Amino acid sequence: MKASFVAEKERKKTTTMSGAEMLMEALEAQQVDVIFGYPGGAVLPIYDALYKRNLQHILTRHEQGAIHAAQGYARVTGKAGVVIATSGPGATNLVTGIADAMIDSLPLVIFTGQVATSVIGTDAFQEADIVGITMPITKHNVQVQKPEDLPRMIAEAFHIAQTGRPGPVVIDIPKDVSTALGDYESHPPVSLPGYEPTVRPNVLQVKRLMEAVTNAKRPVILAGAGVLVAKGEEALRNFAEQYHIPVANTLLGLGTFPYNHDLFLGMAGMHGTYAANMALYDCDLLIGIGARFDDRLTGNLNHFASKATIAHIDIDPAEIGKIIEPTIPIVGCAKQTLQTMLALETERGETQEWVATLANYKEHYPLWYDTSEEVLKPQQLLQLVHEETKGEAVVTTDVGQHQMWSAQYYGFTKPNRWVTSGGLGTMGFGFPAAIGAKMGKPDLPVVAIVGDGGFQMTLQELSVLQERQLAVIVIIVNNQSLGMVRQWQQIFYEERYSQSLLPVQPDFVKLAEAYNIPAATVSTPQEVRTHVAKALHSKGPYLLDCRVASDENVYPMIAPGQGIHQMLGVKK
Amino acid sequence: MRRMITATVQNQSGVLQRITSVLTKRQFNIESISVGHAHTQELSKVTIVVEVEDHRKVEQLIKQLHKQIDILKVIDITELALVARELALVKVAATPQMRSEVTVLIQPFRASIIDVSSETITIEVTGNHEKVEALLELLRPYGITDIARTGLTAMTRGTQRTVHSFVSSSII
Ligand SMILES: Cc1ncc(C[n+]2csc(CCOP(=O)(O)OP(=O)(O)O)c2C)c(N)n1
Ligand SMILES: [Mg+2]
Repeated sequence: MKASFVAEKERKKTTTMSGAEMLMEALEAQQVDVIFGYPGGAVLPIYDALYKRNLQHILTRHEQGAIHAAQGYARVTGKAGVVIATSGPGATNLVTGIADAMIDSLPLVIFTGQVATSVIGTDAFQEADIVGITMPITKHNVQVQKPEDLPRMIAEAFHIAQTGRPGPVVIDIPKDVSTALGDYESHPPVSLPGYEPTVRPNVLQVKRLMEAVTNAKRPVILAGAGVLVAKGEEALRNFAEQYHIPVANTLLGLGTFPYNHDLFLGMAGMHGTYAANMALYDCDLLIGIGARFDDRLTGNLNHFASKATIAHIDIDPAEIGKIIEPTIPIVGCAKQTLQTMLALETERGETQEWVATLANYKEHYPLWYDTSEEVLKPQQLLQLVHEETKGEAVVTTDVGQHQMWSAQYYGFTKPNRWVTSGGLGTMGFGFPAAIGAKMGKPDLPVVAIVGDGGFQMTLQELSVLQERQLAVIVIIVNNQSLGMVRQWQQIFYEERYSQSLLPVQPDFVKLAEAYNIPAATVSTPQEVRTHVAKALHSKGPYLLDCRVASDENVYPMIAPGQGIHQMLGVKK
Repeated sequence: MRRMITATVQNQSGVLQRITSVLTKRQFNIESISVGHAHTQELSKVTIVVEVEDHRKVEQLIKQLHKQIDILKVIDITELALVARELALVKVAATPQMRSEVTVLIQPFRASIIDVSSETITIEVTGNHEKVEALLELLRPYGITDIARTGLTAMTRGTQRTVHSFVSSSII
């Protein structure tokens, strides 16, 4: 009795440490291999604790860069990206990335410094109510009140961020909590009675779905990023092949199904392919898997799958019935649901005619653009990048025309190599996300496809490339305009190009040179090939300023308010 | 339609903000909201009355609330057998001459006078929404100078008459 009491005391004695030390211990326990962050007053104790550790930290040059990098890391690894920022401006600089991660379901664990508990609520220097600010844009957030709570809160944060429908979790740490001593518990019990994601699907609903599959003549699968989160690509492919059902992707779902597969229809939605959009219009059975029927995908809801029985599989019950009331609702993990579907071994439906019709659409209404001898076409640029990287690269993008062309023309055969800001549409995302992606997948080539507009929002992270000699290839799709805005103004605002042209630009090559990063301006297909090959070979950073046609539009296009079958620019 | 929703939540700082944040983000109109400790110190019980278009909207609201980590249970109790009460304090401009008239008037409501001054009397009434509304209607002609209402708080009855279509968060 006495001995065990002494032992207990002994154990406690050896594990007394500061909140900041506990944070480091907990991050190590979570096997965090990289932190993206930026120091400041309120996190000085944390950075001091970090100084003594072996944890890898990437100092970005802006907190927005840190969080987008963490997002890129999370997207390619499936693990939570970890971010540290100081209180006040450090924390508010993260807000865009937090909102982006929330809407695109990316797991992040974010530590923000906070002013000391004694002055919270007094408008102290660099005080911002980051818990209040981020409440609607986090999966969960907490402020730590005492160091002893930290290990449990961190364990819970990782659990919440990475399970169910992933999302960002913010842990706000007042400065005095970082410095105060407490007893460190290495394996804190995680108790979250209010959080239990439903993973296993209801078998009765799955049976109903399989009956519908047997009866369907015009079925289509819409696969979203939920399939990637669940690592369900293989099950998806087996299911589609087994039942001979064509597959369309959401923007974020690209990579769930090989682009060159006979059953693949391409991306659906506002800039989707004719085949994918017509399939969603005309189907008699729509199986949505890990997709949330975003308005950019569905177009006018009255025309979306209006003749179909709709089955919706999602791990987030709140997604089911939010936009579309499905006939067959299934709450569950995409992979487990697909496996349950496969295990039922139901009779195939008669889909030959439908698959043939869609193949015919693919053949007669493919993506198209006018080739040119004089000027490099952005679509062609993306095709060349695909060829030079053998379709194996991790591709990150900003938001705009180049993003849509990347989605349309890069062509993915493997999952988790596509990193883009879908739901929030955050310009400036692509470049820092590529840094995170490279940290997560150092052995894969990483290409950041960015707009000449968006790149200028976060280009300070060139410093990180320089410092770390990270092999990220930055490809600026330079159309000397805020192309997507220009396109809308051309089509819907009678060519009044209000604030969307960028005729005056920095010399991007010189800019790269200022960071000692090799760079080139390219304006012909051959130059693209040469420099991409050289960049891949160099194993270091590289920047290409690609001068592309400035008046090119993204087609097909569904105008706002129109149905998914009402596409502009399907043919020349 | 008017729906009454109860939520059992972890008694943590900011949990009420979390609830109103969900309601605001999803564009729900709160008619009333009341909060208090539940049977144990760690839990609070929140009663929310909202005006929504249809069942789908209520279901969406319940699911969105249920996603919050600190919210343990969310139930739409509108169609269940329940007891719902609200407390209202009403200050009426009643001269001493009118006092007895008001006293008689409020009797059937089992309301009571809890404060008297030379120009006003303050009445306390407890009951369901309709009862409180009815009393306010009757008092209005005398000149109501102030009202404080708690909003509805509610609980399902120990015995339920029939199994109603019961919209809870754990669908399917
Ligand atoms: C932070 C942010 N601000 C504004 C917008 C609106 N917006 C969407 S696309 C776009 C133009 C992007 O231009 P660029 O980066 O050059 O890409 P391009 O469309 O030319 O390929 C703008 C301004 C946005 N998506 N994000
Ligand atoms: Mg541009």
